[in-house]
Amino acid sequence: MRGHARHITAVCGHVLLLAFGATALFPLLLVLVNSFKDSSAVTANPLSLPTGLNFENFRQAWSYGHFQRGFINSFILTFTAVLVVLVCSSLAGYVLAGKKIRIWPAVMIYFMVSMTVPIQLFLFPLYFGFSRLHLLGNVAAVGVVIAAINMPLAVFLMRTFFLKVPKEVEEAALVDGANTFQLLRSVILPVVSPGLVTVATIVGLMAWNEFLITSTFLQGDSSMTATLGYLSMNGTFSTNQGVMMAGAVILVGPIIVIFVMLQRYFVDGFVSGSVKG
Amino acid sequence: MPATEAAARPPRRIAARRPDTGATAGRRRARPRRRSTLTSYLLVAPAVLLSALVVVVPGVLTAVAAFTDWDGIGLKARWIGFANFSSILRDPVFTTALGNNIRWMLLFLTIPVAIGLLTALLLLTRPRSRTLYQVIFLVPYVLAPITNAILWLNIVYNPLSGVVGYANHHGLNLGEPLSGLHTAIYAVAAVDIWHFWGFLTVIYLAALRQTPVEQVEAALVEGANGWQLFRYVYLPGIKSTLQLMWVMIIIFSFLAFDYVWLMTQGGPAHATEMLSTYAYSFAFASFQFGKAAAVGLIMSLFGLISSFLYTWLSRKDLNA
Repeated sequence: MRGHARHITAVCGHVLLLAFGATALFPLLLVLVNSFKDSSAVTANPLSLPTGLNFENFRQAWSYGHFQRGFINSFILTFTAVLVVLVCSSLAGYVLAGKKIRIWPAVMIYFMVSMTVPIQLFLFPLYFGFSRLHLLGNVAAVGVVIAAINMPLAVFLMRTFFLKVPKEVEEAALVDGANTFQLLRSVILPVVSPGLVTVATIVGLMAWNEFLITSTFLQGDSSMTATLGYLSMNGTFSTNQGVMMAGAVILVGPIIVIFVMLQRYFVDGFVSGSVKG
Repeated sequence: MPATEAAARPPRRIAARRPDTGATAGRRRARPRRRSTLTSYLLVAPAVLLSALVVVVPGVLTAVAAFTDWDGIGLKARWIGFANFSSILRDPVFTTALGNNIRWMLLFLTIPVAIGLLTALLLLTRPRSRTLYQVIFLVPYVLAPITNAILWLNIVYNPLSGVVGYANHHGLNLGEPLSGLHTAIYAVAAVDIWHFWGFLTVIYLAALRQTPVEQVEAALVEGANGWQLFRYVYLPGIKSTLQLMWVMIIIFSFLAFDYVWLMTQGGPAHATEMLSTYAYSFAFASFQFGKAAAVGLIMSLFGLISSFLYTWLSRKDLNA
């Protein structure tokens, strides 16, 4: 009797998991299916399967969404944000993990509070400053802003990874006469490199997906990121659903591939920022 | 601030020990120590300065601008005291927006938390399929709000070519969820929840897996059933993570912007207006930066309260 009941519970569990998995993927499958159909076929029945593999939608989406320029801008934005965050957060994380300055608790509290400051509190004067400095539309400068916004989380993550460096290794290097920069470069960075990858994936994802800052600061056609280009395409092109869905596949596809390849680091990053032991 | 005091203790203890080393030795050692402290400050500086330049300086300017009639274009601004605040507090749209933020918070404190907890518990006993399910659940979370919003707008909610339109034409009347005054906010929240809950699954699962195996086995030996196992063994272990997630959800609920702006821009007739979209419209639609700043300041107040809660809950981190 009891084994029977347990069996039923297990089956119910699997059914639930499958149902939630289907909910997560269903809209994305619809996108994929409809990206191969022409406009009238989508309108007739968005749930039907395509009759063939027609890549015309993708060709049109690529040119109307200005994806070539968009991907280049997204790369510049993401690369700048990741580079700035990696350099600054690893240096700060190293000092904070080793409690090397007397005011380290103050710095920690500063980062904790600034992590929860809403973008709306600093968006408007920052926009004004950017327009005065003629930086509106400057993709790299916006990348630096995104880096600054993600800095607190990155510092905390890097600090946890630096805490894992054994004290003895560091002391041995100092005894051998290494200075701080040699110590960082040749002894500590190799140990914390998984942390760097985790921070890079999380911040890279944030920068690539950012909406509020980028849509406000990057308004010229030439400075649009891939997602902003797609957004403007939605305004002018939304009657042809097949092309819209092809555009979505162009945007979503690479991200899913990268996510599946690096999923361990993504999960690490999400979890280490949020689970309290 | 008991956490700060406890955390500040170690450096002070080192300082107190210094006289014991004797005057000459102390002086000889003091120079390299001072230099390395200077280096340490220089290493921390880029992160702090960059964050201060982008967050603190404009943040302070916002706090000042909230009391002026600044238009965000020129440098001229007049000090008008609390006029922005009193006009906002009298505006019925503000009340609608605040109500929507609170409704948003209640939706997010319950639905994604329940789904996340349920799926995490189900995955806890399925080590083989765990990774696959986690990846599937997280896919919507790693996609950009722009793509998620547009694909829902076009293929699900669109009354002509979406699934909803298809259902309406075939006898299943779903109406137009995004255009209904009473349904719009739930239609938008549904997309944001769809994108968010997988994150909670991963977080809760990671927290659940930290429960010591011996405790689980001991409870099973004593004949605990599934509910008792959850209530008395797992729940106490993940309590702090649950609390932290709730605090983060409260913070994000008062900042919610992306999906609302992308799908309805606060419409129809302010039915999905949030504090964030309300502030954004002031700044970039009617160029009332002073009022936008005032709304931003009010939003930050909610954020600040939650932020204190967050710091208090994270105080263990400081002592790590």
